[in-house]
Amino acid sequence: MTVDEGGGPERRPERLRPPRIFRSRPKGDRPGATGAPPEAPPGAAASEPSSRRGPDPSLLIRTRNLTKHYGDLVAVDRLTFEVRAGEIYGLLGPNGAGKTTTILMLLGLSEPTAGEARVVGLDPTRHPLEVKRRVGYLPDNAGFYGALSGRANLRYTAHLNGLSGPAAERRIDEVLEQVGLAADADRRVETYSRGMRQRLGIADALVKDPQVLILDEPTIAIDPQGVAEILALVRRLVDERGLAILLSSHLLEQVQSICDRVGIFVRGRLVAQGTVEELARTLGSPEVELEVGVVDGADGIERAIAALRSLPGVRSVLPDPPIPGRLRATVTREIVPRVVPTLVEAGLSVVHLQRRDQGLAEIYRRAVAAQADATVGGAA
Amino acid sequence: MSSIVTAVDRIAARFGFVPKDRYGEPPARGWLVVAGKEFADHLTSARFVVLLIILGLAATATTYFSSGVIRTAASAASGTPSIFLRLFTIASDQMPGFVALVGFLLPLIGIAFGFDAINGERAAGTLPRLLAQPIHRDDVINGKFVAGLATIATIVFALMLIVAGIGLVRLGIVPTAADVIRLLAWFLVAVVYVGFWLGFSMLCSVALRRAASSALVAIGTWLAFTLFAVLLVSLIAGVIAPLPPNPTNEEILANARWSDLLARLSPPTLFADATAVLLDPSTRTLSTLVLASQVDRAIPSTLSVTQSLLLAWPQVVALVALTVLSFAVAYVVFMRQEVRA
Repeated sequence: MTVDEGGGPERRPERLRPPRIFRSRPKGDRPGATGAPPEAPPGAAASEPSSRRGPDPSLLIRTRNLTKHYGDLVAVDRLTFEVRAGEIYGLLGPNGAGKTTTILMLLGLSEPTAGEARVVGLDPTRHPLEVKRRVGYLPDNAGFYGALSGRANLRYTAHLNGLSGPAAERRIDEVLEQVGLAADADRRVETYSRGMRQRLGIADALVKDPQVLILDEPTIAIDPQGVAEILALVRRLVDERGLAILLSSHLLEQVQSICDRVGIFVRGRLVAQGTVEELARTLGSPEVELEVGVVDGADGIERAIAALRSLPGVRSVLPDPPIPGRLRATVTREIVPRVVPTLVEAGLSVVHLQRRDQGLAEIYRRAVAAQADATVGGAA
Repeated sequence: MSSIVTAVDRIAARFGFVPKDRYGEPPARGWLVVAGKEFADHLTSARFVVLLIILGLAATATTYFSSGVIRTAASAASGTPSIFLRLFTIASDQMPGFVALVGFLLPLIGIAFGFDAINGERAAGTLPRLLAQPIHRDDVINGKFVAGLATIATIVFALMLIVAGIGLVRLGIVPTAADVIRLLAWFLVAVVYVGFWLGFSMLCSVALRRAASSALVAIGTWLAFTLFAVLLVSLIAGVIAPLPPNPTNEEILANARWSDLLARLSPPTLFADATAVLLDPSTRTLSTLVLASQVDRAIPSTLSVTQSLLLAWPQVVALVALTVLSFAVAYVVFMRQEVRA
């Protein structure tokens, strides 16, 4: 699909191709992938066919051992990851982990010290203009020209992307509609709220009709309602238009709630990546915490505790005093489906059940703490 | 050629043929888009209006008084060539002349449209967004410089028209072709001179994070050059080629040569010299050092346009070089900066 690697532009994926095709692809419906074992990591599966029939056109972002040094500081250390069309990839890491540096390298705004990156099949260092034409970017703390209207700001971006005239105006109306700013488009940006600015930022990244969207901390300093709106918008863009989205954030819950795959990025290194479930399964503890509520009265809580203790995989059961009829149980994953039947068999009415997977949060918290320790150690 | 391609694409799209690459080429002239937007911003900005009012008032007032002087001396001056240009240069008892006052204030335009060119975008958070568009990095700074120059040219030209208009109405004098050529030459030199301050203030905006400090440094440098340059020049010349109590001819000569040389490193001096030659045909030399033997037999006469241009040529070239240098330094520093920072 790239010009420099021998393919023609006609092999670029169509914009409205159903995105699910790409997600089902690793299961082996592609001839080139048959050589790779089904459980192979995506990197191995993709490198296998690329030697024979050119790179996979659905891999819109692909890095291999991408590295950036600032003097002695290693900002990004041998980063290898991929983002496909129709997928949201969450780059999760604390502030200063190297997320923005990575993004700048993907856009050709910063030159890698070593390793390589391919964005929409092109090398961003050698073809920055072509890459930037096809990639929408919402920077961290993106700003706008306050004295201009939202529409005028988007028009400038459209002109910079070679769009002009009625076609540009139609496109601007379309993206304003998509982010829900059509009614406020002609007001000065100075009068916008933070959430509106952020949505304008997404509209700005969409004006060029990109194949890839890179969002750097899109939900920072936004109220919960605004966050929900932005995340829903991002999800819709992927599902309806098959964009590939790279989203960087330091907030686990948001990444967990929206991303198809997550990479945990700490001190310039990717410590783990995969779907949220995969990460929780492989890296989390084998136990989950359950919060159970039964109808109290007539020693309901004692009977519930006794019934749960009889199960084999239950590690601990404790009453949760502030709320009558509540208890907390730590159980193995396998035993979770048997908890409610056991309680029902014991003649109890279950009114509340909440599961807490502490695994991923725990890994992330440990990783962040490790970075903090290293920073203190480095400074000393 | 490109319009044919666009037309073909449009026809193809009309019949359902999707072009091979829906993106096409990135705009070939990113700097033009940046310059267009910046120029529009400048023309609608408050600082443009304020500068135009201040400088317009200065131009009107100086010309009003100058034309009064010319009117009272009209009978005596009837034979003088280029009365029209006198309108720009002559000083009255109440006011300095147009070129003296407005020439002093002109650098403010350059500083006003350059001091926050880059750090303003940084502070507003628009720079990363701008650089993520498919344009080259230097398109940003080139476009801004061109837009600044265009704004400067607009203001200077408007001021010239104000003066010429007042002259026509109050005095009824019509400029000769030579006068027009001299004025246009002065206009170009003035734009280049203000362009130097534009480049310098853009350098400040690249190097300094805060717009306020950038403005202060630029204005401070401007004042230092215009107010203290003469003082500094005589000081340094005095150190290099000292004048003892009873100097010999050689010592006076050496001192004067150094003074001239040092003064010509300063843009305001270069501009003042070029102005003196271009707008006053009777200026025959720019050297402070004229020997009695040279003046002795000289017939008081005026220079033709081409001779004046020749006389001012070194000053003009030096001004162009300084302007290019100031912008080039800003350009290089900008290109070497990290996007973040």
